[in-house]
Amino acid sequence: MFATFYPILFLFILAGIIAGVFVFLSIFFGYRTKLGRKGDPYECGLKPQGTTKDPVPIKFYLVAILFILFDIEVVFLYPWAVISRKLGLFGFTEMIVFVIILLVGYFYVLGRGALKWE
Amino acid sequence: MSEYLFLVPLFPLIGFLINGLLLGRLPRSMIAFIACVSVGLSFILSLFLFFGLKAMPPEIRIVEQVLFNWIIAGSFHANIGFMLDPLSAVMIMVVSGVGFLIHIYSIGYMRGDTGYGRYFAYLNLFMFSMLILVLADNFLFMFVGWEGVGLCSYLLIGFWFEKKSASDAGKKAFITNRVGDFGFLLGMFIIFWQVGSLNFTEVMASAPQVFVSGGVLITVTCLLLFFGATGKSAQIPLYVWLPDAMEGPTPVSALIHAATMVTAGVYMIVRTNVLFIMAPDALMVVAIIGVVTAFYAATIGLAQNDIKRVLAYSTISQLGYMFLACGVAAFSAGIFHLMTHAFFKALLFMCAGSVIHAMSGQQDMRYMGGLKKYLPITFLSMLMATFAISGIPGFSGFFSKDEILWKSFSSPFGNYILWAVGFITAGLTAFYMFRLIYLTFYGKERMDEKTKAHIHESPKSMTVPLIILAILSVIGGWVGLPHLFGFTNNFEHWLEPVMRKTNQIIAARRINEAVGETGIEWGLMIATVALVLISIYFAYLIYNKRTELATSLREKFSSVHKLLLNKYYIDEFYGAIVIRPLIYFSLFLWKVIDVAVIDGFINGMASSYDDVSGTLRTMQTGRVRTYATIFLAGVVIIIAYMVFY
Amino acid sequence: MDLTSASINFSIIYPEISLLIAAALILVSVFHKSANRIAPYIALIGIVVSIAMIFKQWGHQESGFFGMITCDSFGVTFKLIFDVTALLSLLIAHRYMISKGINRPEFYALLLISTMGMMVMANTTDLIVIFLGLEIMSVPLYVMAGFAKRSLWSSEAGIKYFIMGAFASSFLLMGIAFIYGASSTTDLRRIVADFHFIMSNSPAYMLTGMALILVGFGFKIGAVPFHSWVPDVYEGAPTPVTAFFSVGPKAAGIAALLRIFIFGFANVMMLSTVFWVLAVLTMSVGNILALKQNNIKRLLAYSSIAHAGYILVALTVGGNDAISAAIFYLVAYIMFNLGAFAVVTLMETRSGCKSDFSELVGLAKVHPYLAAVLTLFMFALAGFPPTAGFFGKFYIFSAAIKSGYIWLAVIGMLNSFLSVYYYLRVVKTSYFDSSDKSFIPVKYSLSIIIVLVITVIGTLGIGLFPQQFLNWSQSALFAFL
Repeated sequence: MFATFYPILFLFILAGIIAGVFVFLSIFFGYRTKLGRKGDPYECGLKPQGTTKDPVPIKFYLVAILFILFDIEVVFLYPWAVISRKLGLFGFTEMIVFVIILLVGYFYVLGRGALKWE
Repeated sequence: MSEYLFLVPLFPLIGFLINGLLLGRLPRSMIAFIACVSVGLSFILSLFLFFGLKAMPPEIRIVEQVLFNWIIAGSFHANIGFMLDPLSAVMIMVVSGVGFLIHIYSIGYMRGDTGYGRYFAYLNLFMFSMLILVLADNFLFMFVGWEGVGLCSYLLIGFWFEKKSASDAGKKAFITNRVGDFGFLLGMFIIFWQVGSLNFTEVMASAPQVFVSGGVLITVTCLLLFFGATGKSAQIPLYVWLPDAMEGPTPVSALIHAATMVTAGVYMIVRTNVLFIMAPDALMVVAIIGVVTAFYAATIGLAQNDIKRVLAYSTISQLGYMFLACGVAAFSAGIFHLMTHAFFKALLFMCAGSVIHAMSGQQDMRYMGGLKKYLPITFLSMLMATFAISGIPGFSGFFSKDEILWKSFSSPFGNYILWAVGFITAGLTAFYMFRLIYLTFYGKERMDEKTKAHIHESPKSMTVPLIILAILSVIGGWVGLPHLFGFTNNFEHWLEPVMRKTNQIIAARRINEAVGETGIEWGLMIATVALVLISIYFAYLIYNKRTELATSLREKFSSVHKLLLNKYYIDEFYGAIVIRPLIYFSLFLWKVIDVAVIDGFINGMASSYDDVSGTLRTMQTGRVRTYATIFLAGVVIIIAYMVFY
Repeated sequence: MDLTSASINFSIIYPEISLLIAAALILVSVFHKSANRIAPYIALIGIVVSIAMIFKQWGHQESGFFGMITCDSFGVTFKLIFDVTALLSLLIAHRYMISKGINRPEFYALLLISTMGMMVMANTTDLIVIFLGLEIMSVPLYVMAGFAKRSLWSSEAGIKYFIMGAFASSFLLMGIAFIYGASSTTDLRRIVADFHFIMSNSPAYMLTGMALILVGFGFKIGAVPFHSWVPDVYEGAPTPVTAFFSVGPKAAGIAALLRIFIFGFANVMMLSTVFWVLAVLTMSVGNILALKQNNIKRLLAYSSIAHAGYILVALTVGGNDAISAAIFYLVAYIMFNLGAFAVVTLMETRSGCKSDFSELVGLAKVHPYLAAVLTLFMFALAGFPPTAGFFGKFYIFSAAIKSGYIWLAVIGMLNSFLSVYYYLRVVKTSYFDSSDKSFIPVKYSLSIIIVLVITVIGTLGIGLFPQQFLNWSQSALFAFL
């Protein structure tokens, strides 16, 4: 009975070992300099002024998130495109429905003004 | 037609819901209209149902309508179901008919009361419960109605709750009834335990196989049921609440404490007549309690001065007659008297109400007198009712009471002692009723000037119901004209399907015993009538012709008078024997058992729960990482258990 | 029934489609100026059409989409439960959203999409589709919890729910992965068909998988110890959203648990022990924590944990009696819990009110009907006859006793006695307490009145005609498994 659990145990142990090994590897073999320069954001050039925690306009995030969203949805088009001939009309209508749903989301985004830069 | 049976109780319920939920925000005329129409519709429907039933052949005159299964738990199931048979058909007609008249009467009587909407809502709720009680097809559903009428009775007795005596009377009625209900419930349990069903038809069909006739179990069951009935129908020993119940508005006394609710006990015994006939010992107890109550209450009635109290004791006494009838297995005679009594007693109360109304709330007969010429309609109606209750030949009460007396003599379960006590009671009844008439309507006008200036006949809405009931009090008995006069007793014939088994048993017993003879029946009847007439003459002599006699008699028999006036000191007796020890015992329970032991335990529990609650609450930190940790701990434990088990 | 049925069979997802179309319409409508006003009506129409479609499916047992979606009595019953929940929540929400200035069309779209997700979740035998439904349900819920953007409480609730929800979902997914690893299918019907073979081959994967799936749904229904998010989220979220949370996702979680563990893995003995412990913990912790609350929303949050515990009792017991009792309880619970939330929402639409106990003082004097209705719901929650709550508990505990779980029933009953204390405290405060602050009157709106009427009728109706309802919930017992 117990033997059947070995794979799981093994999985846990393996995950622990790999994570631990990488942490320790960098501690042991990493070459470290304790120079003050090392702490600067840039080793050359101008010294940074002010804080790095300036608020970035949320628009950047919005556009980025929306891009990822639609991008990933578009990924679905590839497998469909590969066998679209085999699927025939049925596959075509299914994809149309999918695109319509996507479009609804797109129009919603437009309507809410999420893509407006001003 | 019978598929509309459920509507009979439903109409008053709708009326109650409308009036009850709107808390009297409607205009008064609207409130009264809704209340009266809802009951009126029930009455009309009852009439149709009655004639529909009459059109059916007698053997199949039973209609059961199951609306739905109410509760099913294992072998136990209770339906919300109605049963229409000749007995319940009579009952719904009486209840909704008299109820309807009293609703109309109330329009005038309660005019000017601030609780108008509340009053009619309660009244409709009462009608609903009472109709449930008589139409139910099983014990449990009947019990729902039984409790419902008890509740309404409590609410209506204490209707003027700002008066302490009224709210006390309400409580007394409720508590006394609960004592009786205990018996009813126990009886019900035994029936369910033995028969496995609470449906009337099933119980009645299988009772002869399940119970040993005359055995202990059936006797105990019947006695328990009867104990329940003594509570609701105000019999010894639980009658004490009824006289106090007169604190309620007079139409309520007429409806609940005379015509309908108090007869529920009688109805219940007749409904279960198959059980009772199998327990002759229980029947004997019923008969004895009935006749003793009849006599005992009548004697108290002799000395009361409050007009409503006289009627209250008279009600107890008449209910005693009905139980006497049940006790000698003359169930249909009991129901017959129930019906005629509903007519004339409701009428008596309503007339009394009319008198009180005219006298600006005065209820003491010592301050009345000579009202005949002021209140002609009230007087005439009351006279009719008095004739009926006294048993003057031709009036309704004569037929029903005479039948009871005859049955108590001739039935195989009866004997001459029962008859003799009933016979004397008939004389007493006539005496105290005519005493009431003479004190109220004849003689000197003993009220003060202010009241006198105010005396007036009641409005139409009150007098019309009086007239209708007066007519019914006269002719209501003609549906059951006795064999003796050469008629077939239609009423008994009508109820025959309900009593079939009972009648067989009685017929079987009669073979061995002497059959009543026509000659004796005539003789007894004439004797009763003669006694009644003599009593009336004495009442006339003492309270009208030579009023000084009343005073001298009172002085001569002062101790008896005092005993009667104080109702045999039964209230005081109960106070000393039952209530005071109970109070001490409950004080003990409260101070010692409850406060020290139970509260201590509960409080200890509560505070420990409080502590646990406080401790657990600290785990609710509001931090997601704590939550995730708890979550993870749960996951680990579950996986560990499942995998390593 | 046919596993390989290649048919698509759109008719089995008409209810879902009508919700989706309504949601899409609402989203597109944001171009329009009066979108705020029409959105609730579109949502309402969508739900009503969806209910109509459900009635068309009533009694049909079908399957489609290559066996990925099923449509059996069990699932259809739950579809109706979800739709009714959504409908009542919508009606509760409308006026509240306006009064708090957050009446945006998105809310209604999210509500519909979430409801659709629940339907998907309850109407499939495929673990992956169950997960898909769960996510369709959950993601809108996260947004709804944080819908009052300006309120820190609400944002916190949204974030917390999101993090914890994602956390729990990952466990669920991991569980599905384990089971897939053991059986190389995600279709429950195949797994159940070959159960003994799979179990004997790789018990560890199967058991770990089951445990993880149980955890995932335990989170959704708020079972202890996966309950800690419940009070914070319930308190922070806008009240109508809380109302929806307290019944919708719970019902969906129960549906999934019933399908997977009661219909599916019915004969794994140790599962019933786990359920036993979960039920006892959930009932007790929920009730004990509710004792000391002074905020009605938080109190109802803990009470909803306790109620999940009562339903878990039914899941522990298993068998037809218990399942129908669980469904009965769920329907009854929806009625009186949403009713209670409707009252709380109504109280909160007054300005400056946060559902503290002190705000209840004087309710009975100013609004006798509202106080009576609140009392009715509290009695139902506490399980007094003749309300629906009594018979719900009665059927569950009697099923437990019949199957020999005496102790479980005893603990359950003790717990429901305990709960009487805090429910009656609400009643006591609204009737008998007094304070110097005068009670701010409540403004009724038509939609709330409709909700109150429906829930009162439901609470009393189920209590007065329990047998009819039990028969109905017994008819839901047929499931494809």
